[in-house]
Parts: sequence; structure tokens; C-alpha cells
Amino acid sequence: MNIRAVGIVASVALLAAVPASADAKKDAKSQVEFGINVAQRGLWREAIYRWEKATQIDPTYAAAYNDLAIGYEHEGQLDKARKAYEKALELDPNNSQVRQNYELFKEINDRTAQKDK
Amino acid sequence: MIGPLRKTNSALRRLVLAGTTAMLAAFVAACGTDYFEIPIETPIQPKLDVTPFQRVLVIGFVAGGTDDVDANQETVRLLRSQLRTKSSLRVIDADVLPLIDIARDQSQGGNSDDSNGPRGEGSAPPRATNGNGDRPVQGVSLPANIKDEKDLEPYERLFANTAYWKRIGEEFQNPLIVTGTVLFANRSTSGFVQRDQETFDSLGRRRVMPMRTYMERKGFILRPKFVFIDGRTGATMYSESYREEILYNAQQNTPALSSYFELMDRLVPNFLSALSSQKIRGTRVLLK
Repeated sequence: MNIRAVGIVASVALLAAVPASADAKKDAKSQVEFGINVAQRGLWREAIYRWEKATQIDPTYAAAYNDLAIGYEHEGQLDKARKAYEKALELDPNNSQVRQNYELFKEINDRTAQKDK
Repeated sequence: MIGPLRKTNSALRRLVLAGTTAMLAAFVAACGTDYFEIPIETPIQPKLDVTPFQRVLVIGFVAGGTDDVDANQETVRLLRSQLRTKSSLRVIDADVLPLIDIARDQSQGGNSDDSNGPRGEGSAPPRATNGNGDRPVQGVSLPANIKDEKDLEPYERLFANTAYWKRIGEEFQNPLIVTGTVLFANRSTSGFVQRDQETFDSLGRRRVMPMRTYMERKGFILRPKFVFIDGRTGATMYSESYREEILYNAQQNTPALSSYFELMDRLVPNFLSALSSQKIRGTRVLLK
């Protein structure tokens, strides 16, 4: 009887969790899309806010980290941009577009590093 | 009996096809594009804190390599003009220092002529003197002809002579001093090079094929080192070295001066980024 009750509770919890997770992903995606939309209109700060929110809602969303990195790059926050790119690559290491963005970013970042070549 | 059945099958097939097409269209519309190219401008903060300075003095360079270009004069001229338009610092117009002669003076014990008092803008700054007892380059033999990087090396001690640079700083009311070394030399090389070759097939269609061909090439190498000195203390604040080269087909005759400017063009943004904030334009890909 007890086992059955535990099973029922677990099933209910699982069923409740699946839609919640799906909703979170959907919400994160809509934040990312909104961010892209406003970035295309030059509203980078709003875009960064949206992408930050997306990464909070779904911390496994590689594209959100990629977009956030671009936003930080545009704002000159290069340390934050590097961390966001690295997170995006950690989540999706085979994404060639993220890698390309990161390579281009590194070229700029290297220029700013104080070094005597 | 067969006729209506065939008709029904055909209608059904059309319906399935239309349904599949509609579903595909809906799928494509739902997916849309998953990436968007976007132009960005990355602001780059200057490597140096130049806020204590209102003025910059590009004083001269220890230059060597080919005799076809006076790399000292040309580098000073180019950097001054770039700084005038792309930096907030006021550029001081002063005579370009013959730093090779000055370094040699210092290495030979120097003239102890301390009569070079402060002079106004546009006049020649003091030559190196050892009146302050500062003789860091003394006793080092300096090659008369600078042909390569090894010849330049002993001259670099000149930039450590803080007393000398402090005196120049005082002369010009403590500006940021830009100096350094520039090697602009001939370079020739031979080997296999990959080139695109245009071919036409029997139908006249154009094709571009990569071909490896052996080539003798000649050109130039530019190796500048920019040294930024605090005119208030004479101490080096920062230095950076670069290396660029350009090679042409051996038969091509390109003037040395135009090659010099082509190579400097590649380096100037890096030089400017040490002193002033820059915006670097690029394109990135946003993802859904």
C-alpha cells in the first residue's frame, strides 16, 4: 500500500515536472527571440537583459549563452563575453557557429591583452 | 468498378501530397531561420592610462634595414598624423631626433655639453648628455649599419636611460613620449606557393583551380617596436613589438615606400589601441 502511494506521488511529481521543464525551455526561447529582435534594432542592453534571463531560466541553453556573449562583446565587457562563449561551447562543443564567433572574439581579445610580443 | 476506384486512389494520393506539402511548409515556417548575422562594434579600451597626459611627443626611432626608406622620418610622420586624427592627445611638432647618433654618443661617453636648455615646440630637443651621470649605454659597441634585428638590439639600452628621457620630458612639459625601433628590410624567399589558376573546359566553362607552383619572391619585412615613455619620470610605461612582411613575385617591381606604408597600415590600429579607445567592427551569428 505504502509502495503504491509512493509510486503515485512520484508519478504525479514526474508528470508535473515534465511540463514545467518544457514551459521553462519555451520561456527561455521566447526571451532569446525577443533579445535577437531588439538587438537587430540596436537595443543591446535590453537584448543582454533578455539573454541573461534566458540563461537563468534554462542554464543548458547554449544559444542563449552565445547571444549573451555577443551582447557583452558589443558592450566591451570582454571578460564576461569570454566566459559566456566558453559556457556556450561547453554546452554545445560541436556548434561551428559558436566556435566561429569565439575565434573572432579571441582575435579582438588578444589585441587588448597587455603583452610585449 | 475499376474506374471509380482509380479515381478515388488518385484523389487520395493528391490529398496526401497536398497534406505533406502543407505540413512541410508549416514545419519550415515554424522552424524559421535559426541564426542571424549581426554587425557589432566592440569598444576596446586603451592599453595605457593616458589620462595624466595632454600631449604626445613622437620623438624618433632607431631605424635600420634598407636605405630606400628613411624609416625614422616616415614612422614619425605617419604616427603623428594618425594621432592627430584618432587620439585625444595633442601632438607636439618637434624635430625628429636622430636616435642612432644619440645612442652612439652615449655609448662613447657622450658629449658633456649640457647647454641644451629647454626649448620651445618646433625646436630640436637636447642631444644625449651624460651630465647627470647616467651612462647606461656606455661601453657597448653599437653597429654603424643596422641591417637586421641583431644590430638593433644594443640600441635598445637607450630606452632605459631614464635621465635622458626625463630631460626630454621636462623640455616639452611632461608629455607622453613615443619612441622605439623600426627595422624595414628587404626580404627574398623561394618555394612552393598555392595560387588560384583559371581554366576553361571544352565547353568554355570557367573553373578556378588551386595550383602549387614554385616561385621566387621578394619583398619587405617590417619589425617595429613602439616604446611609450612617461615624460615626467623618463621610465618606460609600455612597449610592444610587431612583425609584418609582404612578398611579391620576383619580377614585380614595387617601390619600397609603398610597401612600407602597406605594412604600417596593418599595424597602425594596434599602435593606436595602446593610446586611445577604438571600435572594432565585425559580424557575429546570433542563434535561436
